[in-house]
Amino acid sequence: MQMYDVVIIGAGVTGCAIARELSRYRLRTAVLEQHGDVSMGTTKANSAIVHAGYDAKPGTVKAQMNIAGNPMFDQLSKELDFPFKRIGSLILCFDEASMPELEKLLERGRQNGVPGLEIIDRKRLLEMEPHIGDKAVAALYAPTGGIVCPYEMTIALAENAAVNGVEFFLGQEVQAIAKTDAGFVVETQDSRYETKLLINAAGVFADDIHNMLSADKLSIRPRSGQYILMDKVVGNLVSHTLFQLPNEMGKGILVTPTVDGNLLMGPTAVDIDDKLDLATRREQYESILKAAALSVDSIPTRQAITAFTGLRAHSTTDDFIIGYAKDVPGLLDVAGIESPGLTSAPAIGVYVAKLVGERLPLEANPAFIPTREGIKKFRDMTREEQDDAIRANPRYGKIICRCETISEAEIVEAIHRPLGARDLDGVKRRTRSGMGRCQGGFCSPQVAAILSRELDIPLTDITKAGGNSRILVGRNKEI
Amino acid sequence: MPMETRSIICISCPVGCPMTVTLEGGEVTKVEGNTCPRGESYAKKECVNPTRIVTSSVPVEGGEFAMVSVKTASDIPKSAIPDCARALRGVVAKAPVAIGDVIVPNVAGTGINIIATRHVKTLLSF
Amino acid sequence: MKSMKQIDIVIIGGGPAGMAAAVGAKEAGCDNILILERDTMLGGILNQCIHNGFGLHMFKEELTGPEYAQRYMDQVEALAIPYKLNTMVLDISPDKVVTAVNPEDGLMQIQAKAVILAMGCRERPRGAINIEGTRCAGIYTAGTAQKYVNMNGYMPGKEVVVLGSGDIGLIMARRMTLEGAKVKAVVELMPYSGGLKRNIAQCLDDYDIPLHYSHTVTNIKGRERVESVTIAKVDASLRPIPGTEQEIPCDTLLLSVGLLPENELSQSAGVELSPITGGPVVNESLETELDGVFACGNVLHVHDLVDYVSEESYAAGQNAAAYATGRQFTGDRIPLRPRDGVRYTVPSAINPDNIDKFAIVRFRVDNIYRDRDLAVYFGENRVMKKRKQILAPGEMETLRIPKSWFEENTGCDAITIRLEA
Repeated sequence: MQMYDVVIIGAGVTGCAIARELSRYRLRTAVLEQHGDVSMGTTKANSAIVHAGYDAKPGTVKAQMNIAGNPMFDQLSKELDFPFKRIGSLILCFDEASMPELEKLLERGRQNGVPGLEIIDRKRLLEMEPHIGDKAVAALYAPTGGIVCPYEMTIALAENAAVNGVEFFLGQEVQAIAKTDAGFVVETQDSRYETKLLINAAGVFADDIHNMLSADKLSIRPRSGQYILMDKVVGNLVSHTLFQLPNEMGKGILVTPTVDGNLLMGPTAVDIDDKLDLATRREQYESILKAAALSVDSIPTRQAITAFTGLRAHSTTDDFIIGYAKDVPGLLDVAGIESPGLTSAPAIGVYVAKLVGERLPLEANPAFIPTREGIKKFRDMTREEQDDAIRANPRYGKIICRCETISEAEIVEAIHRPLGARDLDGVKRRTRSGMGRCQGGFCSPQVAAILSRELDIPLTDITKAGGNSRILVGRNKEI
Repeated sequence: MPMETRSIICISCPVGCPMTVTLEGGEVTKVEGNTCPRGESYAKKECVNPTRIVTSSVPVEGGEFAMVSVKTASDIPKSAIPDCARALRGVVAKAPVAIGDVIVPNVAGTGINIIATRHVKTLLSF
Repeated sequence: MKSMKQIDIVIIGGGPAGMAAAVGAKEAGCDNILILERDTMLGGILNQCIHNGFGLHMFKEELTGPEYAQRYMDQVEALAIPYKLNTMVLDISPDKVVTAVNPEDGLMQIQAKAVILAMGCRERPRGAINIEGTRCAGIYTAGTAQKYVNMNGYMPGKEVVVLGSGDIGLIMARRMTLEGAKVKAVVELMPYSGGLKRNIAQCLDDYDIPLHYSHTVTNIKGRERVESVTIAKVDASLRPIPGTEQEIPCDTLLLSVGLLPENELSQSAGVELSPITGGPVVNESLETELDGVFACGNVLHVHDLVDYVSEESYAAGQNAAAYATGRQFTGDRIPLRPRDGVRYTVPSAINPDNIDKFAIVRFRVDNIYRDRDLAVYFGENRVMKKRKQILAPGEMETLRIPKSWFEENTGCDAITIRLEA
């Protein structure tokens, strides 16, 4: 068994941001992930917002990381070629009586150091958002708010980390961890990994990992949040992220365009016990529509193309927990990373690298490549570029996903990249194939056939999302 | 003679008349509930000698497609459907196939052939 | 990129609509036609509809889908009408420049004199109907399952529940049963089926598959693959009734919950769509609000029988050919007004100058109606009253409006089509 310097448990945006940051240094780093792909937990299903930072309580780790993380996105998204747009946020106030709340938020934002905050009246609000709800009287405008694609960002971080030498072990569920003199031995169903430092970035499971080693128990409560995604035809209904004044369970229901041009509404907030419960519920669906109707005057309910649920890793301390466990030397917890976790991830990466530096020497990795090129999107090319692309690779001329205009070339590339797609959902997250209005009805049989061909595995072994999620059960007449 | 009544819904048109058919010794003696003559003839046929066209698809070797669609060349007794489905198990056609080609002769002893309903050209491989 | 090609009629889609339109255009004398088809073969969805029941009107015999498609492929070949396969149209501009790609030609830009929209329709996915529960494997539209079974030879599941009793759902219930699966139930939200009576008898009754009317699927369970679905009875406003839930263990849920005309390209061209049919608004000549852009088949409105798709599309092809040689379908139109049970009409307006002997009007009703009069009014003047024993939303109705009625009712401002008790 080889000794790693660092093993990171969890390949969500936090784990991958840390991995990418550590790949700047001469360290032997591994990432263990229970799912068959990166970005499969909280990272996969959230609001996809880069928060300005007015919401977190001053002095908290959340506030600190949010404020540090937000400005990093411009450069990071360019370096790693993932979609990010700084469209600005509006926090809507629906009655004069609540104006002090809005003022308080403004004050809090200023205390946190959020730039450019101002309160705007309904007249200006209407100029910025013509479809704003009738009851909105004013809003807090945060120009530094943005939107990002969380899984594309995570895939980008992971690919870049992998190219720079981080080893990813996907589909490895941590079953036991032993503390040794040298560090830790982490046991998964298939293998054992020995490491000097252990970073716990296990999302909603971070308490389980921590509690395997520490007597100072941690508690992460999954807080379920449901969303509705709408067709691109209504993607321009709003041009900023519209929040409502927050409450104690979170930032309330937002309405926002996505980087892909859809319209996203949600999330609800319900504390649950089951860390795997991603079911959507009808009453939550309706409560989203009801709340969203306050922000926007006519919600195009008929344009809904899907609903989904994500789990926030809510810590009972109500703040991020980032640091070495008191009673376990070398166990570095990065836990309770709920909103604004996505915004904070780049800053968390830098901060955690600094913490690693307290225990291990950080020597620059001379081979570090800071940039990564994403899959070239056929739909974003000019007509001339499209023609050239097809001539260079005829598979660009074969459109597989008709709703999103995704070519076979992009799907093949998604499979063969570092940490490439192994299942339909993996292809979908990397290319958007199947993410459009038909939700994969037409393209999924073709994508399955391409996966089977490129990975040289039988069609019956192709899954929707790894594990036992097979899409076919056998040949005709043989089941 | 034993007398028996059966309720069936006419499928001849969208009206869907609910009909009661009286049978004596396997013969239809009365049809009630129909509103046109098509109902009566459907009821008689359906109660005495129901038949169906069966369609399926079977793998094809060396063809441009993986499967070739097939059907019974004419209708077969409804009771023979399960045997017909069983008889198609393991059947593999060989390209080229033309519409009307016999894929399984005399399927399940019905005297009816299974024929192809699609052309499948040979896939040229180099 | 090559220089822009000039084509008289570009037909988007090589399914039953596109092929019949091509035949119509060619037989009307147009020699410069191009069909653009995204699939690897002509025939469209008929290729996977291997069941029989097609062609009774058109060919007076009962054919399977592939056989019906072949009849038109043969005509396309015999008439030497050019087509391109594996070709995806990316855009149609308002001035009828069609941009398309395929692996061999790269990016093509074609200036068309006339365009015929024949892209067909797609199935409504789960998201559009909002069933609660998990998003695991094992949930397919009936058409996707049909493709896996009939074209690829693979089974998407062993124990199946079908939501929706549209014809594809019924056909797939039988198809999967014959291939060895157990279909545990077909669940229909409405108190009646949108499918044909014959399909209920021969796809469900023959195999003892229960059909639950006024029921819906309220929940899907299963972490990786479907493990069960919960069904419940619905009340008159189609809301699930608490206490009527029933959990059915299964590994597959097939959705047959409606078809939507596929009009993204039409929208890119700026064609106006009907909010009711989801298809383009067309006149008597099947021309959209955009001059020289015609629509036919399921992209225009979802049909019940392919025979009518062929008939309509042939006419669209003939009209497009006339347009390409300089005929205009402009002029004063009389709007058609669907009322009292009639959901929509295609066309939505008629210019009597453009019709030969009669105008064909197709429509659907919004509910099951028994013993009603179908009435046609020119202005206030009732010109037709016809007793209908039954009218059902699943059936497309066809009306022929003779030219003489227009001549006898000059100056009328609207034609109303309605049901009367």
